[in-house]
Amino acid sequence: MSRGPFGRVAAWIAAHPVVSIVAFFAVLPFVVPYQSLATQMLVYGLFALGFNLLYGYTGLLSFGHAAYWGLGAYGAGIVLAKFGWTSLWAALAVGVLAAGLGGAFVGFFALRRRGIYFAMLTLAFAQLFYFIAFHLADLTGGDDGLRGIPQLPLGVFGWSIPLKTPLAFHYFALAWAAVAVAALQRVLKSPFGAVLAAIRENSDRATACGYDVNRARLLSFVFSASITGLAGALDALRLNVVPVEAMFWSTSGQVVIMTLLGGAGTFFGPFVGAATFLVLGDRLSVVLVDSWPLVIGAVFMAFVLFLPKGIWGTLIGGFHGR
Amino acid sequence: MPDITLAALAAQLFTGLILGGILVLLAIGLSLIFGLMTVVNFAHGSLYMLGAYVGFFVLGYTKSFWAALVIAPLVVGVFGLVIERFLIRPLYGRGPDDPLLLTFGLSLVLVEAVKLVAGKLGLTLDPPAALAGAVDLGFMKFPAYRIFVLLVTVVVLVALWLFLEKTNVGLVVRAGSRDALMVRALGIDLGRVWFLVFGLGIAMAGLAGILAGPLRGVYAEMGIEIIIEAFVVVVVGGMGSLPGAIVAGLLIGEVISLTTFFAPKLAEIVVFIVMAVVLLARPSGLFGEAGLAE
Repeated sequence: MSRGPFGRVAAWIAAHPVVSIVAFFAVLPFVVPYQSLATQMLVYGLFALGFNLLYGYTGLLSFGHAAYWGLGAYGAGIVLAKFGWTSLWAALAVGVLAAGLGGAFVGFFALRRRGIYFAMLTLAFAQLFYFIAFHLADLTGGDDGLRGIPQLPLGVFGWSIPLKTPLAFHYFALAWAAVAVAALQRVLKSPFGAVLAAIRENSDRATACGYDVNRARLLSFVFSASITGLAGALDALRLNVVPVEAMFWSTSGQVVIMTLLGGAGTFFGPFVGAATFLVLGDRLSVVLVDSWPLVIGAVFMAFVLFLPKGIWGTLIGGFHGR
Repeated sequence: MPDITLAALAAQLFTGLILGGILVLLAIGLSLIFGLMTVVNFAHGSLYMLGAYVGFFVLGYTKSFWAALVIAPLVVGVFGLVIERFLIRPLYGRGPDDPLLLTFGLSLVLVEAVKLVAGKLGLTLDPPAALAGAVDLGFMKFPAYRIFVLLVTVVVLVALWLFLEKTNVGLVVRAGSRDALMVRALGIDLGRVWFLVFGLGIAMAGLAGILAGPLRGVYAEMGIEIIIEAFVVVVVGGMGSLPGAIVAGLLIGEVISLTTFFAPKLAEIVVFIVMAVVLLARPSGLFGEAGLAE
């Protein structure tokens, strides 16, 4: 594919992910019809970013990322709503930790099999988490969802920064997204990132080269689950509630769709995909009410068939990622 | 814990056998399609659901359950052929993730389309009058329709076994799932076999759907619920293994049924525990071969 002026801009953006993401999402609240849509795009983009580390960069298709999103959301939400913690830092840490541990647990089992087995196993384990959350109603609120997550200010060295306005919360979430993006970029550019790419392209050969492929896969899984958990925890703070559907298989499906719409294995694909999905869902639900997933499903099928690189992946051509 | 009478336990075991039979019909279709063309059909559950809905409408028009029982699998099977021809075939050679993703999208579309056409409320599918009562088995009474479901399952499995073991096409199917390249080298058009087997597997899902309709109700999400259990069956039994699908399907059916009886809250969770234990002990499943399409 030739690189037009747009391709050059895209290539620059792809080379400077942190700056680009911060700049884009700093302006976005003033562009979209309502500010919370921008935050939603950011948080779901982060979710897809975490999923993409495992799928796009390590080559493992997880159909169960709702589990880590939910663990992050419940982890942060439960300590704030049920245990009376007052520190957002601690709540986010609990969310990320819960998701990371969940990822390690599922990874331990699911990585025994690869390919489509892996997809089926991650899906099955996510449903296990869903049913556990559903039945632990004392802690999670069960079917009613976890309610009563307070809107706390952020404490920084004794200052207390209020996050009550949508815009303030948006920038709070953006700061975390920037940290996650920077960390991910660091990981992918490290020798470990090269090992992940080697595994994705040819895992037998990576094994033959002496790399501990399973350990690398597990690390990638845990890191992916942790980013996903951060996104889930931010979403719990954004909505002040965790619906039990957060852990349902359909949430796992959503992130798969978002990532592929944007472009798996590219840095911005997840954000582009999340934004596309949410705008499409937002507009379609006006016309089709509850049936909008019908169109999303059809669009997704068309992408798998005709545009497997996704929107962003196609724009930047073959230069970055897949 | 409820009072355990022998009759109640026997009834529960029998119920598990029926549920297991439905799971076997689904898992065998999945396994057959996977074994031959390494396609995991995520939409299998939604096609099961479609079978139940088509059966409901045929029953409405013809007033005959028997007509519905024959027509629903046929319609769904033909739909399966269309799916293979226009959606799956372009993806051959792209790796196993792509068909999985595509059929995932398809299952979303099917569920929403059915909700649009038939409404969101669940429907009731009545078993035929001839099978309405209960049969006295000597030690207990059991609903006749459930026994009928079991019989149909057995007949289908025997027919499938005869097809695979005794016919020329079956021979090609078996050879194709062992070494597709070699079969091609012998000048056999595997594409046509894939086409047929895909339709056959989907027709079995449709049959499972209409059989399960009177037992479990007919609603748009019915397929999504059972497909995850069917995936577990396939993982436990070993992907691509037909005996594995049968043994694991019955095992999972019994496990669900007995847990529902003894510890209802655990019923949804216990299948996953079984799966985890099997994975620890035998990563390739009870009957699976290690390394198949990984």
